Amino acid sequence: MKILVPIKRVIDPYIKVRVKADNSDVETNNVKMTINPFCEIAVEEAVRLKEQGIADEVIVMSAGGAQCQEQLRTALALGADRAIHIDTADKIEPLVVAKLLKALVEQEQPQLVITGKQSIDTDNNQVAQMLAALLDWPQATFASDVKIEDQKVQVVREVDGGLMTVAMNLPAVISTDLRLNEPRFASLPNIMKAKRKPLDTVTPESLGVEVTFSQTITEVTPPAARKGGIKVESVSELLDKLRNEAKVIS
Amino acid sequence: MSHLTTAKVLVISQHDGVQCSGGTLSVLTAAEQISTLCENCPVDVLVVGNQCQNVVEQLRRFPIVNQIMVADDVCFAHPLSECLAPVVVKASHGYSHILSAATTFGKDLMPRVSALLDVGQLSDITKIEAPDTVVRPIYAGNALARVTSSDKVIIMTIRETAFDKMQPSDEPTASVTMLQFDAAPSATEFVSQEMTKTERPELTSAKVVVSGGRGLGSKDNFALVEKLADKLGGAIGASRAAVDAGFVSNDLQVGQTGKVVAPDLYIAVGISGAIQHIAGMKESKVIVAINNDPDAPIFDVADYGLVGDLFALLPELIDNV
Repeated sequence: MKILVPIKRVIDPYIKVRVKADNSDVETNNVKMTINPFCEIAVEEAVRLKEQGIADEVIVMSAGGAQCQEQLRTALALGADRAIHIDTADKIEPLVVAKLLKALVEQEQPQLVITGKQSIDTDNNQVAQMLAALLDWPQATFASDVKIEDQKVQVVREVDGGLMTVAMNLPAVISTDLRLNEPRFASLPNIMKAKRKPLDTVTPESLGVEVTFSQTITEVTPPAARKGGIKVESVSELLDKLRNEAKVIS
Repeated sequence: MSHLTTAKVLVISQHDGVQCSGGTLSVLTAAEQISTLCENCPVDVLVVGNQCQNVVEQLRRFPIVNQIMVADDVCFAHPLSECLAPVVVKASHGYSHILSAATTFGKDLMPRVSALLDVGQLSDITKIEAPDTVVRPIYAGNALARVTSSDKVIIMTIRETAFDKMQPSDEPTASVTMLQFDAAPSATEFVSQEMTKTERPELTSAKVVVSGGRGLGSKDNFALVEKLADKLGGAIGASRAAVDAGFVSNDLQVGQTGKVVAPDLYIAVGISGAIQHIAGMKESKVIVAINNDPDAPIFDVADYGLVGDLFALLPELIDNV
């Protein structure tokens, strides 16, 4: 089967983001960018399914400016077979991403789409669910284990309070949680080989999707800073502060 | 607000078949705020489930609730979004706002509903400024975005810790109607569920949370965190490092990718304070950090820091609390 994996270019999660002085956005110039960590887990899972002989082709896609081709090349180096870049503005809304993905699914006919559960920039956690709705496919979000047998996929989902296991008929959409797997590192030979793998660029128009916006970010601000606290010398001093100053314990 | 001609709010309740989740009570408060901003427009609630009469009775006691719609069927015994979403869509007719909690339930269900209604979604809202304008954290809470939506229906998931839980009154007032629907065939089948059993308060609503990190060193040592939590009547939490090392189950993880908590007192033990973890607890009223590294970033957000060997400090703390 074919697996389609959407990935997103985001600010590296270990970078402390800075809000721009004009409060229009966070600073992205000269900031290290990377594949969204949840998307990397999705790529890894798809590549593992290929290594197990369950999948025969892994297609990665990304929607955004030309720079997201960097992340597509990285995904190819991690084991994806080919890449599709949808050339759009960098900040398109999740519903539009889902519509673009739906058009790609109709074109490529994958049996499975594996996405990250959320991107660590906008923190929306929406695309997988929206895509499943548009395709009328079943969904299993926040996956920590995936098993495929015959035409069924069994997924363990991380839910509040514990774990839930569901079985879905294929085709289906899965979104990954952190504990699904440990993504591999791309080796230098694989990075070189990835340069020769196919990477096609298409446009929303060619897919028949109109890029619309229904949400406007009018201001981005830093959160209220916490006041620097004090260091106490002993357990008894700590307990005294908690009882008599902060009054949070009796 | 001009594009919303008639405001009317629908809350999608989350419940376990017996009672409403704490998150739903926070969503009711958010719904009340929207109602107030829209000249006291009506707030209705949808209960989808199987034999959940108790949930309906509980919801009737909130004076803000005007009408409760109930969709009852055996196919709703487990919250599978593929089954739930079409029912929510059917119930949504005529509503300007549809709200649910930003729990795994709401996060799984609401985007599916949004796409079926061909509208965007505002995720994990921490503040409502106008009927079409909200504030939500982005970049793991390192920035706050004010967002305005021009969608014909505004769908939101509500961050539970940012809104007080609504208190019920004595008298049941809301009316109840049964929703007619056709149960559609589903390609998703519930297989099993494994819930973490605990006598402790729920992590997201506890007044005190004691969290342990990699510094605990082992699952056995994590018992120290549990003992301190029990002495304080609190819940236990963990950093991702502690979960990955197998000290505790992953539903106890506090952080951007786990739970967001805002208790009165948060005690971080052996946690360095990575951005990811801070995102899940920095709204706590008082933060205490116990760590042997005086330069650990957790001390930058802690009101009270104690530097030293946690294996010496924790037992002393447990004995004297």
